[in-house]
Amino acid sequence: MKEILIVIGLFFLSIGTLGLLKLSNTLERMHATSEATTLGVGFIVLAGVVDFYPNGIYLSAILVLVFLFITAPTGAHMIARATYIQDRGKEKSNNLSSIEDFV
Amino acid sequence: MIVKYALIFSAFLTLLCSYRAIKGPETADRVVALDSISTNIISLGILYAIHTQRPVFINVSLMLAITGFIATVATSLYLREGELIK
Repeated sequence: MKEILIVIGLFFLSIGTLGLLKLSNTLERMHATSEATTLGVGFIVLAGVVDFYPNGIYLSAILVLVFLFITAPTGAHMIARATYIQDRGKEKSNNLSSIEDFV
Repeated sequence: MIVKYALIFSAFLTLLCSYRAIKGPETADRVVALDSISTNIISLGILYAIHTQRPVFINVSLMLAITGFIATVATSLYLREGELIK
Protein backbone atom coordinates (compact mmCIF):
# COMPACT_ATOMS: atom_id res chain seq x y z
CA MET A 1 0.00 0.00 0.00
CA LYS A 2 2.69 2.47 0.95
CA GLU A 3 4.74 1.59 -2.14
CA ILE A 4 1.82 2.51 -4.40
CA LEU A 5 1.38 5.83 -2.59
CA ILE A 6 5.11 6.58 -2.83
CA VAL A 7 5.16 5.86 -6.57
CA ILE A 8 2.13 8.11 -7.19
CA GLY A 9 3.74 10.86 -5.12
CA LEU A 10 7.02 10.63 -7.01
CA PHE A 11 5.11 10.82 -10.30
CA PHE A 12 3.48 14.10 -9.31
CA LEU A 13 6.76 15.44 -7.88
CA SER A 14 8.54 14.78 -11.16
CA ILE A 15 5.73 16.46 -13.09
CA GLY A 16 6.09 19.55 -10.89
CA THR A 17 9.86 19.63 -11.32
CA LEU A 18 9.60 19.24 -15.10
CA GLY A 19 7.10 22.10 -15.16
CA LEU A 20 9.49 24.23 -13.12
CA LEU A 21 12.31 23.51 -15.54
CA LYS A 22 10.58 23.61 -18.91
CA LEU A 23 7.79 26.20 -18.81
CA SER A 24 8.48 29.64 -20.15
CA ASN A 25 6.82 32.16 -17.84
CA THR A 26 7.10 32.92 -14.14
CA LEU A 27 3.38 32.51 -13.54
CA GLU A 28 3.29 29.21 -15.46
CA ARG A 29 6.21 27.87 -13.47
CA MET A 30 4.56 28.90 -10.22
CA HIS A 31 1.35 27.19 -11.30
CA ALA A 32 3.15 23.91 -12.06
CA THR A 33 5.05 23.76 -8.79
CA SER A 34 2.24 24.90 -6.53
CA GLU A 35 -0.27 22.35 -7.79
CA ALA A 36 1.68 19.23 -8.72
CA THR A 37 4.38 19.35 -6.07
CA THR A 38 1.87 19.83 -3.27
CA LEU A 39 -0.15 16.85 -4.50
CA GLY A 40 2.96 14.66 -4.73
CA VAL A 41 4.13 15.54 -1.23
CA GLY A 42 0.58 14.91 -0.02
CA PHE A 43 0.70 11.36 -1.37
CA ILE A 44 4.11 10.74 0.20
CA VAL A 45 2.88 12.04 3.57
CA LEU A 46 -0.09 9.66 3.23
CA ALA A 47 2.42 6.85 2.73
CA GLY A 48 4.05 7.90 5.99
CA VAL A 49 0.66 7.89 7.72
CA VAL A 50 -0.03 4.37 6.43
CA ASP A 51 3.41 3.15 7.47
CA PHE A 52 3.41 4.54 11.02
CA TYR A 53 -0.27 3.95 11.71
CA PRO A 54 -0.29 2.19 15.11
CA ASN A 55 2.37 4.55 16.39
CA GLY A 56 1.07 7.89 17.60
CA ILE A 57 3.40 9.85 15.33
CA TYR A 58 1.03 9.47 12.38
CA LEU A 59 -0.98 12.36 13.84
CA SER A 60 2.12 14.52 13.34
CA ALA A 61 2.25 13.42 9.69
CA ILE A 62 -1.40 14.42 9.28
CA LEU A 63 -0.43 17.78 10.78
CA VAL A 64 2.27 18.12 8.09
CA LEU A 65 -0.44 17.52 5.48
CA VAL A 66 -2.75 20.13 6.99
CA PHE A 67 0.01 22.73 7.19
CA LEU A 68 1.09 22.01 3.64
CA PHE A 69 -2.41 22.34 2.23
CA ILE A 70 -2.90 25.64 4.06
CA THR A 71 0.47 27.23 3.37
CA ALA A 72 1.24 26.20 -0.22
CA PRO A 73 -1.68 28.06 -1.91
CA THR A 74 -1.09 31.09 0.30
CA GLY A 75 2.57 31.29 -0.64
CA ALA A 76 1.78 30.77 -4.32
CA HIS A 77 -0.82 33.53 -4.18
CA MET A 78 1.66 35.94 -2.61
CA ILE A 79 4.36 35.17 -5.17
CA ALA A 80 1.87 35.59 -8.03
CA ARG A 81 0.67 38.91 -6.69
CA ALA A 82 4.21 40.21 -6.23
CA THR A 83 5.10 39.11 -9.77
CA TYR A 84 2.03 40.76 -11.24
CA ILE A 85 2.61 44.02 -9.40
CA GLN A 86 6.23 44.03 -10.54
CA ASP A 87 5.37 43.31 -14.18
CA ARG A 88 2.46 45.72 -14.40
CA GLY A 89 4.49 48.60 -15.79
CA LYS A 90 6.38 46.55 -18.35
CA GLU A 91 5.35 45.99 -21.93
CA LYS A 92 5.59 42.24 -21.94
CA SER A 93 2.71 41.58 -19.55
CA ASN A 94 0.12 40.17 -21.92
CA ASN A 95 -3.52 39.30 -21.38
CA LEU A 96 -3.29 40.13 -17.72
CA SER A 97 -5.29 43.35 -17.71
CA SER A 98 -8.51 41.43 -17.07
CA ILE A 99 -7.42 40.62 -13.52
CA GLU A 100 -6.67 44.22 -12.68
CA ASP A 101 -9.72 44.51 -10.45
CA PHE A 102 -8.74 41.60 -8.24
CA VAL A 103 -5.20 42.59 -7.30
CA MET B 1 13.61 -1.45 -1.06
CA ILE B 2 11.51 0.88 -3.14
CA VAL B 3 11.81 3.55 -0.44
CA LYS B 4 15.58 3.68 -0.97
CA TYR B 5 15.23 4.32 -4.69
CA ALA B 6 12.48 6.83 -3.96
CA LEU B 7 14.92 8.69 -1.69
CA ILE B 8 17.53 8.78 -4.45
CA PHE B 9 15.01 9.92 -7.06
CA SER B 10 13.55 12.62 -4.84
CA ALA B 11 17.02 13.96 -4.04
CA PHE B 12 17.72 14.06 -7.79
CA LEU B 13 14.51 16.04 -8.33
CA THR B 14 15.57 18.50 -5.62
CA LEU B 15 18.89 18.92 -7.38
CA LEU B 16 17.06 19.64 -10.64
CA CYS B 17 15.01 22.34 -8.90
CA SER B 18 18.22 24.11 -7.90
CA TYR B 19 18.92 24.71 -11.60
CA ARG B 20 16.02 27.16 -11.72
CA ALA B 21 17.15 28.73 -8.44
CA ILE B 22 20.57 29.47 -9.92
CA LYS B 23 19.66 30.28 -13.51
CA GLY B 24 16.20 31.82 -13.18
CA PRO B 25 15.95 35.13 -15.04
CA GLU B 26 13.99 36.99 -12.36
CA THR B 27 13.91 37.00 -8.60
CA ALA B 28 10.39 35.54 -8.51
CA ASP B 29 11.65 32.45 -10.36
CA ARG B 30 14.23 31.93 -7.65
CA VAL B 31 11.59 32.31 -4.96
CA VAL B 32 9.41 29.72 -6.72
CA ALA B 33 12.35 27.36 -7.05
CA LEU B 34 13.30 27.69 -3.38
CA ASP B 35 9.69 27.07 -2.37
CA SER B 36 9.67 23.95 -4.52
CA ILE B 37 12.97 22.82 -2.96
CA SER B 38 11.57 23.18 0.55
CA THR B 39 8.47 21.23 -0.47
CA ASN B 40 10.71 18.49 -1.87
CA ILE B 41 12.71 18.33 1.35
CA ILE B 42 9.45 17.74 3.25
CA SER B 43 8.98 14.61 1.15
CA LEU B 44 12.62 13.67 1.75
CA GLY B 45 12.08 13.83 5.50
CA ILE B 46 9.01 11.61 5.32
CA LEU B 47 10.80 9.11 3.06
CA TYR B 48 13.81 9.03 5.38
CA ALA B 49 11.54 8.38 8.35
CA ILE B 50 9.96 5.47 6.47
CA HIS B 51 13.35 4.16 5.32
CA THR B 52 15.02 4.09 8.73
CA GLN B 53 11.78 3.34 10.67
CA ARG B 54 12.58 6.20 13.03
CA PRO B 55 9.52 8.43 13.26
CA VAL B 56 11.44 11.36 14.76
CA PHE B 57 12.18 12.66 11.28
CA ILE B 58 8.54 13.50 10.66
CA ASN B 59 9.05 16.45 13.01
CA VAL B 60 11.74 17.71 10.63
CA SER B 61 9.12 17.82 7.88
CA LEU B 62 6.67 19.59 10.18
CA MET B 63 9.17 22.31 11.05
CA LEU B 64 10.19 22.72 7.42
CA ALA B 65 6.56 23.10 6.34
CA ILE B 66 6.26 26.08 8.68
CA THR B 67 9.62 27.79 8.05
CA GLY B 68 9.42 27.34 4.28
CA PHE B 69 6.09 29.17 4.28
CA ILE B 70 7.54 31.99 6.38
CA ALA B 71 10.51 32.31 4.01
CA THR B 72 8.24 32.44 0.95
CA VAL B 73 5.95 35.07 2.47
CA ALA B 74 8.88 37.22 3.61
CA THR B 75 10.58 37.11 0.23
CA SER B 76 7.41 37.90 -1.71
CA LEU B 77 6.68 40.79 0.65
CA TYR B 78 10.19 42.07 -0.02
CA LEU B 79 9.56 41.79 -3.76
CA ARG B 80 6.33 43.70 -3.52
CA GLU B 81 7.16 46.43 -1.03
CA GLY B 82 10.89 46.77 -1.50
CA GLU B 83 11.51 46.64 2.26
CA LEU B 84 10.60 44.33 5.10
CA ILE B 85 10.79 46.36 8.29
CA LYS B 86 9.39 49.84 8.15
